[in-house]
Amino acid sequence: MKEILEVLEKDARTTPEEIARMLKKSVGVIKKAIKKYEQSGVIVKYKTVVNRDILKDDVQKVRALIEVRVAPQRGHGFDHIAERIYRFPEVKSCYLLSGSYDLLLVVEGKDIQDVSSFVSERLATIDNVNSTVTHFILKRYKTDGDILKHIEKNNRIAISF
Amino acid sequence: MKAYHGSRVEKDKDNTVMKISKTVEKIKPSGIREFFDLAIGMKDVISLGVGEPDFVTPWNICESAMFSLEKGYTSYTSNKGLYELRLAISRYLNNKFSLSYNPDQNILVTVGVSEAVDLALRAILNRGDKILIQDPSYVSYGPVSEMAGGKVILVKTNEASNFKLTPSLLKKHISKDVKAVIINYPANPTGVSYSRKELLALSKIFVNNNLIVISDEIYDELIYEFPHTPLAILPGMKQRTIYLNGFSKAFAMTGWRVGYACGPEEIISAMTKIHQYTMLCAPIMSQLGAIEALRGSGGPVLEMKREYKRRREFIVSALNEIGLSCNMPEGTFYAFPSIKSTGMNSMEFAKSLLYKEKVAVVPGTAFGTQGEGHIRIAYASSMDNLKEATERIEHFLKSRNYAEAVTRFARNRRGTTLK
Repeated sequence: MKEILEVLEKDARTTPEEIARMLKKSVGVIKKAIKKYEQSGVIVKYKTVVNRDILKDDVQKVRALIEVRVAPQRGHGFDHIAERIYRFPEVKSCYLLSGSYDLLLVVEGKDIQDVSSFVSERLATIDNVNSTVTHFILKRYKTDGDILKHIEKNNRIAISF
Repeated sequence: MKAYHGSRVEKDKDNTVMKISKTVEKIKPSGIREFFDLAIGMKDVISLGVGEPDFVTPWNICESAMFSLEKGYTSYTSNKGLYELRLAISRYLNNKFSLSYNPDQNILVTVGVSEAVDLALRAILNRGDKILIQDPSYVSYGPVSEMAGGKVILVKTNEASNFKLTPSLLKKHISKDVKAVIINYPANPTGVSYSRKELLALSKIFVNNNLIVISDEIYDELIYEFPHTPLAILPGMKQRTIYLNGFSKAFAMTGWRVGYACGPEEIISAMTKIHQYTMLCAPIMSQLGAIEALRGSGGPVLEMKREYKRRREFIVSALNEIGLSCNMPEGTFYAFPSIKSTGMNSMEFAKSLLYKEKVAVVPGTAFGTQGEGHIRIAYASSMDNLKEATERIEHFLKSRNYAEAVTRFARNRRGTTLK
């Protein structure tokens, strides 16, 4: 049944009826399995991949990657301090890493000042946050397996043997 | 130059300066050329008519070919192909099937399996030698056999036996002067393949009648029901089998034109002789790409296969549901549904489907007379395309039924008023 996830990860719009056909299962079985995945949190939600760069008149938002060094807390490790940070809606992603710093955040704001003030006023002032390094993102080429540039389709001839 | 001027000279056959060889002249031009041009010229067509993957070649292969170009690998290679590639092929076959071929004596890298078929036929056939070819089958086997001087004996198969060759069917066609047979599995256009047991039964016929077998196994990675068994690993078969395979289908490398032939030393060196004078060698960039394909593409190949399998289930069940009966193909990315229920022949069906709904499929007759009543649908197309195409085919069938019902009604009414 894990193949359901493979299908939905490629195209979340695929209907249970279509998946049933592809996997040679009954629609009922597929629906039940999807429900189970949703309830257990395996399927978190269904979203659309949007490339706003193409909308020229759109208000562009600014994103930055932020390296954060923190002091882990007794009894909680990094989880507690991480939660203090990722609960902010400005934080779009949050990872705990091995290596020279601890947390990597993706932070979004309406402009550079917005992100900067989030870092200096909210983030850096949290107890146990020792230091931050901010990298503004200049261009997105690929996110989560999707290339954002329009790639020309290979023009196969309509008929061949 | 004169011969090229004015259409009079070209039209008047007896005066034509350019006389075409009798062998080539005898080969019938494909009757569906016209249909092809039609399909190719049309816009916004959903094509289920292609004989190639819709995936682009995996990036690791493209990237390694680019790297080798940058490094200046732009030369000829040895006639047999890069040793490194032959070694990689040898290891690949050994690991996968315990099929062992020596890279020095038993392997020839060719410009796709197409060239390998030609080389094999020219290497074994004398003028008038008979060769068994299945009807329906891939388009090139018959004409290429004839060009090599062979006499083609068609082994007709049909839906009732699931378009499979069987021992009894073969026996009916075998005589003293039959020298060779071409087998292709998983098969284009039917998608049919053979289990090990079925192959064993066939191999006994081949051995007992001392036939050379040209085994085109280009679709071997795309098999969904049971593991693929190469004919050459069966008892008594290795010394009489010319094993053909390539990179086009499994690795989505059709445009790279690279394949290979494996077989007994005498045959491979005979084929190499022809290859060295006609082709010299396969393109070096493609050979380098092929090395990378064998080295590091297990992941992408498996992923493509899983995707094809889902599409297969989808299209076959959808076709059956809308009224085109279709067996479940065991391999390839083709389905070969029957369109007999529509009352149309293959060409009519393909043409009107193209005109009315802009969906391109290949009429079964392109692959032999036994393909009549069928169409070949290639599901190497995105799920979105497949969904859209099945909706259009359904609409096509429904509107046709409606049109038919109206004519029937009109005819009946006319009948009654006449009375």
